[in-house]
Amino acid sequence: MLGAFQDEDGALTLGNLDALTSEAAVSALKGSLILSASTALLGAVLGAVLAYLVVSLPPRSLLRRGTLALSGVLAQFGGVVLAFAWIATIGQVGIVTQLVSDLFGADLYGSGWLFGLPGLVVVYCYFQIPLMVIVLAPAFEGLRPQWREAAVNLGASTWSYWRHVAIPLLTPAFLGALLLLFANAFAAYATAAVLVSQGQPIVPLLIRQAITSEVILGQANVGFALALEMIVVVTVVMVAYSLLLRRTSRWMR
Amino acid sequence: MTPSRSFRIARAVLLLVFAAYFFVPLLAMFDFSTQVRGSAPGRTWDNWTFMFRDEDLRSSIVASLLLALLTVVLMIALLVPTMVWVRLRVPRAKKLIEFLCLLPLTIPALVIVVGIGNVYSWVTYLLGDSALVLTFAYVVLVLPYSFRAIDASLSAIDATTLSEAARSLGAGWFTVVVRVIMPNISGGILGAAFISVALVLGEYVFASLLRFDTLPVAMAALYKSNGPAAMAAALASMLLVSALLVGLTFLSRDRHRRNPGASS
Repeated sequence: MLGAFQDEDGALTLGNLDALTSEAAVSALKGSLILSASTALLGAVLGAVLAYLVVSLPPRSLLRRGTLALSGVLAQFGGVVLAFAWIATIGQVGIVTQLVSDLFGADLYGSGWLFGLPGLVVVYCYFQIPLMVIVLAPAFEGLRPQWREAAVNLGASTWSYWRHVAIPLLTPAFLGALLLLFANAFAAYATAAVLVSQGQPIVPLLIRQAITSEVILGQANVGFALALEMIVVVTVVMVAYSLLLRRTSRWMR
Repeated sequence: MTPSRSFRIARAVLLLVFAAYFFVPLLAMFDFSTQVRGSAPGRTWDNWTFMFRDEDLRSSIVASLLLALLTVVLMIALLVPTMVWVRLRVPRAKKLIEFLCLLPLTIPALVIVVGIGNVYSWVTYLLGDSALVLTFAYVVLVLPYSFRAIDASLSAIDATTLSEAARSLGAGWFTVVVRVIMPNISGGILGAAFISVALVLGEYVFASLLRFDTLPVAMAALYKSNGPAAMAAALASMLLVSALLVGLTFLSRDRHRRNPGASS
């Protein structure tokens, strides 16, 4: 990482950090943060819904165990294959694109939004939601039915049970998972590398350009600086995560 | 409390929506991979056999499989003796080892590549240009997952008593690790091996940025010239990996059933 502070001849410099304030770097960082935050939020909310649905199934049901096992697989499922799958689905000749245009005459493909930031949001959710399910399902399982019965006995409606019992109990787990998802999306590279071939909307792709570019030489150290920037963001998230975990474990004895 | 009728209907509908979101892309990929090139009507399995006929793709598959094998062997050879030794002789170092092993999980892989790039120009200079030199990077990459699998099964057995018994019967350290400890934690080792293979087969970041031809890199390159064949190869590799990971969940369930008292 020392490379972040060196120039071409190996002399120490802060010049590379200046590159971080260039327009491309700032917009890439903004894109990365927007992408990570939105997929973390979407994935967390939808994943929480799915986790609740799954946990509400009977404990021994095949559907429940199957969904949990499948989530374990899909959460690991990123990279090249995922990009292909989405190109085949809502790419220019994807089956859903063609179905929609046959049925409703609408053009789902549009001007290629799949290959930009909005497309990445849809695609990233594909591995964020399962990750949320495996992280949050144990928290839902920890909600004892007795608590609900006690609340109902005391005259609580379903809404007030959720408002005053379940949601406060789940909030720390939910926030922790949210941070985890954020870091996960921030670090993901392979899917974006295959999907996006023009422009550098997010930081990992900008790093790719910096260290593989054959047009502009001497960019490798800028790559180091960008990598340093990623480490800083991830460290902040991870420190927040461990602080949260410490706070939670105080209450979860 | 039994769920109400309307809740059940809503649950079924929502589960169907989620299922559609997760399965349609896979089905689309399958559909795409059986299409005849150039969007002509009709179905064909040509694209599926393409991966055995094409020289580049076949060599990349072989490279990826060999890479997976080497990574697993090296990972076991490094991790098992270290962890046994730490557990038996220097328990104080456990926190350090755990921290080191979990570190690759928190640092984005891309950042590791950027840092490791210079090291690799030396590695390829010394050991040649084969994709197999990626093994060293991949061992680091699979450390967090395999560490957890092995650590769980190692804490389920009484390693101290076992090794003391073996030592007092005249066994050397090598015999203790290979013939006494390893058979006892075979479940954990197998789990670690499974997840390592799954990770190595899907790994793209290292291979593409360091310019080695492994399966995912070859697929991404192939996609530009022959989309359906690339889809077929992608789907095949994905099926293999899912089979491994599903096998892993069943394996761990068996282990839990056999020793229910163990905390892992």
